[in-house]
Amino acid sequence: MLPSLAEIKKSLLTSIWFMFLTFPVMVIRVNTIYKTVEWRWWNLFFVGIGSFFLSFLWRYLIKRKETGQKKVQSGSAPRKPLLQSALDKPQIFIPALIVLAVFTIAFPFLFSMYQTNIMVNALIYIVIGLGLNIVVGLAGLLDLGYVAFYAVGAYSYALLNYHFGIGFWTALPIGAGLGFLFGILLGFPVLRLRGDYLAIVTLGFGEIIRLILENWNEFSFGPSGIANIPRPGFFGIDFSLHQSIIFIYFMMIGLVIFTIFVVNRLQDSRIGRAWIALREDEIACQAMGIDKTKTKLTAFALGATWAGMGGVVFAAKTTFINPASFTIWESIIILCIVVLGGMGSIVGVITGALTLILLPEYLRAFSEYRTLLFGVILVGMMVFRPGGIISTVRRTYQFEAPGNKNEKR
Amino acid sequence: MDYFLELLLGGLTRGSIYALIALGYTMVYGIIQLINFAHGEIYMIGAFTALIVAGVLTLLGWNHVAILVIASLVAVIYSSAYGFTVEKLAYKPLRHAPRLSALISAIGMSLFLQNYVLLAQTSDFLPFPSLIPEFKFLIPYAHIIRSSEVVILVTTTAVMILLTLMIKFTRIGKAMRATAQDRDMAMLVGVDVNRVISVTFIVGSATAAIGGVLIASHIGQINFYIGFIAGIKAFVAAVLGGIGSIPGAVLGSLVLGWTESFFTGYVSSDYEDVFAFLFLVFILIFRPSGILGRSETEKV
Amino acid sequence: MKNGKDTHPILEVKNLTKDFGGLRALDSLSLEVYPGEIVALIGPNGAGKTTFFNCITGMYPPTGGDMLITPPGKKLKKLNNLKPNQVTAQGLARTFQNIRLFPNMTVLENVMIGRHCRMSAGIIGAVFRPQATIAEEKQVVTDSYRILEKIGLTNFVNEFAKNLPYGAQRRLEIARALATDPFILLLDEPAAGMNPPETRELDKLIVRLRDQEGVSILLIEHDMKLVMSLSDRIVVMDYGKKIAQGTPREIKNNPAVIKAYLGEETDA
Repeated sequence: MLPSLAEIKKSLLTSIWFMFLTFPVMVIRVNTIYKTVEWRWWNLFFVGIGSFFLSFLWRYLIKRKETGQKKVQSGSAPRKPLLQSALDKPQIFIPALIVLAVFTIAFPFLFSMYQTNIMVNALIYIVIGLGLNIVVGLAGLLDLGYVAFYAVGAYSYALLNYHFGIGFWTALPIGAGLGFLFGILLGFPVLRLRGDYLAIVTLGFGEIIRLILENWNEFSFGPSGIANIPRPGFFGIDFSLHQSIIFIYFMMIGLVIFTIFVVNRLQDSRIGRAWIALREDEIACQAMGIDKTKTKLTAFALGATWAGMGGVVFAAKTTFINPASFTIWESIIILCIVVLGGMGSIVGVITGALTLILLPEYLRAFSEYRTLLFGVILVGMMVFRPGGIISTVRRTYQFEAPGNKNEKR
Repeated sequence: MDYFLELLLGGLTRGSIYALIALGYTMVYGIIQLINFAHGEIYMIGAFTALIVAGVLTLLGWNHVAILVIASLVAVIYSSAYGFTVEKLAYKPLRHAPRLSALISAIGMSLFLQNYVLLAQTSDFLPFPSLIPEFKFLIPYAHIIRSSEVVILVTTTAVMILLTLMIKFTRIGKAMRATAQDRDMAMLVGVDVNRVISVTFIVGSATAAIGGVLIASHIGQINFYIGFIAGIKAFVAAVLGGIGSIPGAVLGSLVLGWTESFFTGYVSSDYEDVFAFLFLVFILIFRPSGILGRSETEKV
Repeated sequence: MKNGKDTHPILEVKNLTKDFGGLRALDSLSLEVYPGEIVALIGPNGAGKTTFFNCITGMYPPTGGDMLITPPGKKLKKLNNLKPNQVTAQGLARTFQNIRLFPNMTVLENVMIGRHCRMSAGIIGAVFRPQATIAEEKQVVTDSYRILEKIGLTNFVNEFAKNLPYGAQRRLEIARALATDPFILLLDEPAAGMNPPETRELDKLIVRLRDQEGVSILLIEHDMKLVMSLSDRIVVMDYGKKIAQGTPREIKNNPAVIKAYLGEETDA
């Protein structure tokens, strides 16, 4: 279908606009140190062509979004996404699960230590992502300072180990407990705040904690951080580096499964429904008898628990931590994972984590553009697919003849 | 005593810059209830554009004051254009979406713009050519105040006056006030809400750009990251004074500027940034409406 | 006093005042609702009716006055400093003027939310799922389905609330409020936007709720035909004050009421 003349004209104007807009930054490169000017006319050409074609795509997607919204308003039910319906059939689901399980177990033996390390990283992000998912995806509380709890977990292990020789396995539940506690502590002051204010205050908290860690040298050893943090052991067996990584890998798999299990149960419970009601409409949810304060605090606390655990594992895995690992940037990555994957969906968060963490590793050539792409993805997802890659599927219940038995699926 | 005056004027200068940026935050929030995360980047782009123009013109040997004026003009034009474009791309499609979506989109835009400049230019700190002449009448007071600070104060005051006049007496200013109070009603009485919103973004971006140029001349160097920290602080200032209120933005900025100046001057400069965040957290918890703001009750 | 018996009101509001800055939205308002009554609260727009609901349900703290309830079989309780969820737990449930459903939850789940304050499972129950929790969840599903049957929404049971037709959404709000096990239902313009057949169904539904569920009703409405048909008593508000109260016939002929509505269409 060829575009009309009016559309071509629009795109032409758009293209000219962007060429004008990006002219100074893209074309001229001034270096005031060496007093040079570089003129990159090719960039102008690329911007022009790129924006010309992208504007068609943009208009098309916007139009599709608007017609999609109209359909929903007129009451036609959305189709169940293909992937979801495929996975519903046990004939497909069970074999897929088996393949996944085999692959997961074989992974560290098939791939190098470096790859396994990256995968462990991704697994940590899955756990943390699922934690943030409780706060942002389920309860709808935009926490931009989530990294603070991650830091609490990491530093608690590092410091407890440094001062008292506490081992990994003892530190893990302590990290979880401290995360829970800090979740409540940081949750209390923000209870009354609305969406955007909540976001900013939590961002503020995150930064305050990082700045304190960076400046309070007596407590946290400042920017130089803490080193020589022991890896997790297994009944005192001495692991080589390679074995240690494999051990951590399997431990993380266990932790991920545990997290999925718990989060799944939480989602499908009285608390989980209360969180979603809170997200959907805070005022109506109160009117229906839900204690807003308690619900928000439990969301914060439970979400922070996973970050605390993740932090302990992170410290053990990298054996060295410093405040630079806990910037707002981290919070934003974790947020991206939840948003990209689909707020509230476990599978979505896992997909998001794997995509956002693994892809940049395998696309090393584009690593410069990673942040740029993050930005584009965030904007694009919000404008075109706010529900995430995996769309929301709520639990359905089966009922037989009216009033008779009912079975849950 | 001299030291005190120096800190006082220094704080005033800081506050002025924050004010120029905070205006953008507060006006946009007043109109569409969005925290424009990308606003700090608009400020940064203003500074960078001015740097680029100034760099080129300096190499051509132009007169300093002329360069300053041209660079500022170009910076204002470009920042306004960027502000306008960002609104159309990232915020307009989300005008009826939940606030969370718009906020995340703003964060995305902020990341994008930061890295756009980083990749297209450089991550280095680039020195800004010193364009502001040393005023002769200031020489006896050189230890208290510099000419760049005078320029900042005068410019900021001029901008505030112009802005207030615009909001109060022009048609578009009235339209902006109406839209901020009740968007739907304004639409019904014939206000072109889209245009008003665009103008708001443009004006806010313009003042931020002026701030960018001024601070670049004053401090002498810029890099792609300055938007982030200045943005957060200006936002704190806007919230402190009462977000949505223009005099509030100015008041909040002065309070923040003076607090930072005196704290770093008399106590320690280590925790300078923490101040802004602490202020932010405390204000939002105890008095979210800010010093001059009105508390908003949500209509049930 | 209803039926000449010496019945105590289940809801008693005494001199309720609410100021918003300089604006007095409620001015020393007093009213009672007796057991088994359907009371309508009418008045021109801006009279303060929804503000009244918001005060009783704990959304706005009142500037002055007292709000007291006496749930059937229980003692007198003051509502004044209770939070909205506490008010609901006491047995007052409400619907909203502009529908406030949970759009991305299913119809059944919306109703299940209503049961929240009558359930007890916490974090431990959610994660460990002891027998008690499993039984409680099963019960909630059954109870919620039963309510949907009573309201007539079972064909939508797994549908997202946002996809429901308008009339069904209004009824879902009532179903959800009913799930909280109230002794009094506060309905805020339940018939708004409904066509005549839907309104007639609503009329029957409300009467059924009073008769079969034992719930008293206090409703805000502008549809005069519905008000006249349904109500045992009508309370008329204007400018935050009560200007009249009585039976439908008394109100129809009340000169103060007619004056307040002058210029407005009454299709009674």
